[in-house]
Amino acid sequence: MRNKRENPIPAFLYKAFVFGFGGLSLIYLVAPIIIAITMSFTSGQTLKYPPQGFSIRWYEALFDPIRSGTEHIAAGNSLKIAALAVLGSLLFAVPATIGMARMKRSTVSSIEPLLLAPLVLPSLVYGLAALIVANFVGFQPSLWLTVTGHVVVFGPLMYRAASVVAQGINPSLAEASTVMGATWFTTLRRVTLPLLLPGILAGAFLVFIQSLDNVSVSLFLADARTTVLPLRMFALIEESLDVRVAAMSGVLIALTLVVLLVARRVLAPQKQA
Amino acid sequence: MKASGFPYVIPMLLLSVAFFATPLAVLIGFSFIGPDGLTLNNYGRFLGDAFNYRVLMNTAKLGLQTVASTTLLGIPIALLYWHSGKTARQVIIFLTLIPMLTSNVVRTFAWIVILGRQGPISETFVALGLAGQPFSLMSTELGLVLAMCQIDLPLIILPLIAILSRTPVQFTEAAQVSGAGPWRIFVTVLLPMMLPGLLAGWILVFASTSSSFVTQAVIGGARNVYVPQLIYREVGTLFDWSMASAIAVVLLLSTGILLVAMTMISRHRRLVGHA
Repeated sequence: MRNKRENPIPAFLYKAFVFGFGGLSLIYLVAPIIIAITMSFTSGQTLKYPPQGFSIRWYEALFDPIRSGTEHIAAGNSLKIAALAVLGSLLFAVPATIGMARMKRSTVSSIEPLLLAPLVLPSLVYGLAALIVANFVGFQPSLWLTVTGHVVVFGPLMYRAASVVAQGINPSLAEASTVMGATWFTTLRRVTLPLLLPGILAGAFLVFIQSLDNVSVSLFLADARTTVLPLRMFALIEESLDVRVAAMSGVLIALTLVVLLVARRVLAPQKQA
Repeated sequence: MKASGFPYVIPMLLLSVAFFATPLAVLIGFSFIGPDGLTLNNYGRFLGDAFNYRVLMNTAKLGLQTVASTTLLGIPIALLYWHSGKTARQVIIFLTLIPMLTSNVVRTFAWIVILGRQGPISETFVALGLAGQPFSLMSTELGLVLAMCQIDLPLIILPLIAILSRTPVQFTEAAQVSGAGPWRIFVTVLLPMMLPGLLAGWILVFASTSSSFVTQAVIGGARNVYVPQLIYREVGTLFDWSMASAIAVVLLLSTGILLVAMTMISRHRRLVGHA
């Protein structure tokens, strides 16, 4: 055996790198979220940090239907679009997942890149392309056009999440069901879909979150009437740095936390696979 | 009897072809259309203009800076995950998912607070006597890189963690028993193993930086302009769709070239790592 070579950099520096620098990086990653939450409870008129005092005045202003009417409409639009985008992804991506699981590996790997391509393409470029084509065939920007765009761009997230689960399903389970005389619909309803459910839920969660947050597709495809929440926040930031944006951030972070905790609870047992 | 799966795939395939591939083809076609038929004029005008050219270079630079800084911070976090027990690993995943799933606009807003004249960075520097008076990092490249790095960091951490979580802890034992120090194990065992994850992360980070319109517009300010804003300006203010298409195609091509370059670098490194 060879003598061990002397290390040029001492081992304690590795510990410092991993536990010191790694820990600091983790703090850097999370700190902005904490800063946004604490900022939302300021009693001041400005974004001075640390906040000048504690109050819930910005939340009151945000939830007031008269002072924040536009924001409420934008939030309603965003929720509607996100829900419809999830529905659309279910209709298109889940059947595709089931079909792909039954196909030959070589066929799958030749079709799959096309289905997953929207995830890699900058969505801003897609938004522009969709606007040009829609206008060409005579569609004006609208809520439905935005929903279509979101299904195209985020549907692959549903496909990917569901097919991770589909790969782990034993195909003989569905075969057994068919052999026992179940119709294809019964097999789908009683065997395939329940097994796929964790993947579908994870996909629905991702599509919903991404759609709610999307700017680059909605920027081109939404009309003036269907202002979406992130674009409304963007406008508020650009116009006046309204502190209500802090309260909106607080609400959105709370929503993310709740959804994340629920998703963990629902998906936890199967996630180990 | 085995049912064929193909009919199930047809709806999504049609959706992809009709609403994704077709618009992209039209976009590329549009970029060659001028007032009098087919032309390369849009590209000539875009690349010939000194301002536009600088914007393109700045965008590539911003992308590379974000990739470099997320890699620099992502690797120690991944290593921290590797050396942690079960509970700590869960915590690290949770702390990565929260910012990732929080709205981009919210994270951008947080950075407005942090980088502002009355924000924590400025206040700390003044309190420590490192700066004479409050300062703002808004509308600076440094401020934008700090924000983009934090916003895109989860995209590089998650692929790394995905690889490490599938690797048994005993994986490095052979190296340890043969007397390799922690740095040697990191460079010769862990880093080569993490490379596919790094590559996946780079692609995600790069794609994200070339679409992060809001962050670039808000934090970069009017002085730092990037390609996404240029595209939006052509569409929203100047109504020149052919020009906007040409810029979009240039953005796609330059992203593609950089991705291929990064893939090749990582392949090369992997060969070196195993040698």
